Amino acid sequence: MGKIGLITWREYITRVRKKSFLIMTILGPILIAAFYGIIIFLAVSDTIGKDQDRVLVYDEANVLNESLKNDDRMEFGYASNWEARNLDTLKNQGYTGRLLIPANFNVYQPDGVVYESENSISIESKERMNNRIAQALRDGKMERLGISRESMDSIKTRVSLTALTIDETGEAKNSITELNTGVGMALSFVIYFFIFLYGVQVMKGVIEEKTNRIVEVIVSSVKPFQLMMGKVFGLAMVGLTQIVIWVVLSGLLVLLITMGVMGGEMGDVMEMAQSAQTLPAGQLAQSGMQDSVGQLMAGIQELPIRFLLFAFVIYFLGGYLMYSSLFAAVGAAVDAETETQQFMLPITLPLVFAIAISTSVVLRDPNGPLSFWMSIIPLTSPIVMMVRAPFLNLATQWWEVLLSVSLLIGAFCFTIWLAGKIYRTGILMYGKKVTYKELAKWLFYKA
Amino acid sequence: MSFLEINSVTKGYDGHMAIKDLNFSIPKGSIYGLLGPNGAGKTTLIRIINQITAADSGDVIFDGERLNPTHIERIGYLPEERGLYKKMKVLEQIVYFGRLKNLSKKEAEKRALFWLKKFELLDWKYKKVEELSKGMAQKVQFILTVLHKPELIILDEPFSGFDPVNTELIKDEIRQLRDDGATIIFSTHRMESVEEICDYVGMINLSQKVLEGSIMEVRNSYKNNEYEVRFKGDITLLDIKPVSEEPEDSLGLKKAVFVLEEGRSKDLITKLNQHVEIAAFTESLPSIKDIFIQKVEEGKNG
Repeated sequence: MGKIGLITWREYITRVRKKSFLIMTILGPILIAAFYGIIIFLAVSDTIGKDQDRVLVYDEANVLNESLKNDDRMEFGYASNWEARNLDTLKNQGYTGRLLIPANFNVYQPDGVVYESENSISIESKERMNNRIAQALRDGKMERLGISRESMDSIKTRVSLTALTIDETGEAKNSITELNTGVGMALSFVIYFFIFLYGVQVMKGVIEEKTNRIVEVIVSSVKPFQLMMGKVFGLAMVGLTQIVIWVVLSGLLVLLITMGVMGGEMGDVMEMAQSAQTLPAGQLAQSGMQDSVGQLMAGIQELPIRFLLFAFVIYFLGGYLMYSSLFAAVGAAVDAETETQQFMLPITLPLVFAIAISTSVVLRDPNGPLSFWMSIIPLTSPIVMMVRAPFLNLATQWWEVLLSVSLLIGAFCFTIWLAGKIYRTGILMYGKKVTYKELAKWLFYKA
Repeated sequence: MSFLEINSVTKGYDGHMAIKDLNFSIPKGSIYGLLGPNGAGKTTLIRIINQITAADSGDVIFDGERLNPTHIERIGYLPEERGLYKKMKVLEQIVYFGRLKNLSKKEAEKRALFWLKKFELLDWKYKKVEELSKGMAQKVQFILTVLHKPELIILDEPFSGFDPVNTELIKDEIRQLRDDGATIIFSTHRMESVEEICDYVGMINLSQKVLEGSIMEVRNSYKNNEYEVRFKGDITLLDIKPVSEEPEDSLGLKKAVFVLEEGRSKDLITKLNQHVEIAAFTESLPSIKDIFIQKVEEGKNG
């Protein structure tokens, strides 16, 4: 085992053995699963447990004919006059609020409808009320025009587009934009958090060794560069271990919870996925299969899994190596964690910028110029390219990936070199307030 | 024969000269005291020998070869600022550092246990370093330094943090290591310990060498022909006047210090004999401490 290997091993083993690592590793998936469970629970219980809105309507303009639709989410009562002005009386009668259609209300210019309640109304309830009123007004208009409900229903048309991407051989692939988006975002968030969490860990480790003065003993045995790389690699392994454990544990827990909540339904979903898979792509589009779950499962099958995995590993490692070496340099340049602020900003800025742009511009237009450039520039590419990856057509856009990966490799070689220079001088420098000018000088010191 | 030669080594940082044209020659199998006030350049020189930094110019010759990275595992270094991984266990830590010096895991473990036993730390081998007392941690640090049987051992203030009993223990170990053939560089401000255990001294002040040689040579070359006499009687009638006098002590002896020209001590004794009863007559050589202070003062004035 080389010296870098030995240092990597020490960094790895001392961290993995820590109680905090064990706790985080076990707690992480539980938290994720609990979070997931709560979302499913809320989604399931949404339709059952939610309070009903009861609204008292005073239809002064007489346009509704008491035809507002009632259901278990919203119920309307009607008042023949506006005597029940007092909100307290309303409450006693079990109403949450009151709705006024003013006398001068015009169905062709539907303004002036007022809703009053003690508690402010939720967006959902407001939207629901808008819809119900619009529905009632529309029904009224149709009746006046002599259109029956049946003929209206027969006019209604719903189209669900099946988006396919076609590669050079002419083979069509099912592409579900929502799925692509979800997968890309999830992977880039993992990279983002990993760089941040473990980059800062690298920095803390360097500061610890420096304040401990242990570094002086170590660099009399190994080169500072070896020490830095050992630390960077060691923490990468700690992170990978954690991710692998998380993925396995979370997967198991999520599966358990999903099966618990959805019961037998899971079996149906699997079946649907299988039937979707057996259908040829062309037929799939024509068959007019409306079931979105089946389509989703088919979409998962069609995702370029191998490419995504490859891209994830490359961008994950490249991005981490690039940033963590910079974090190591920051750790070496300062005496205490409190002094890291000024050097942290230029490192964290591109990361935060990349994730912010990813969630907006890149998702909206994954092949636009901003998305393109940010996925080529190494400081942002690990995050932005991951979001783009599921949308890429490798047959024509392979060169973008090649360029981006080459630049990333070049960039991490450069930052490691740069960080190595700063690190070498910084770790043995004490009690000096370091400026950027100073750091620039260190780059040119003789080893 | 010298084990380590420092030839015209110069190193500067940012226009400030840390060491300027240094020449030292450290004999094989000796304990060499490297002296100098704070900021004189000792640490810089030590870092150059350890290859933590490189000299701007000049050569370091290690056992007949120009200093190169293969020598690193033949050097053991105990820095002034001690540091250990607090969360790591004692034995594990010693073995780790041993392996960084290219010892095999098995060998490192064997030697670690040997030293832990010697320093009565065996019961602590599975304890974390943060649980040890300061003195125990210092012993562990000493073990790390010598575990790989280095031929050159550099000790920077090795006794700081030790009580007198442990200081003696470490001194004996240092002597033992020298007798086993190691060359030891001993950097310190504590002059008493220098005279006690060093064979040679070299001194740096203001980035430059101000003196070098064996302890006796150095003291002899700085003697100013001072003689100290302890006696009974009256010396007021003597034609040679002392530079200082002290009254009778509890034993009834007076003390006087004379400064003579070279080779006139015999004269003085003859004259003294005529007037007083001599109890002791010694040439008072300056202590290393006196020389050190004198050199630092000279530096300030020059």
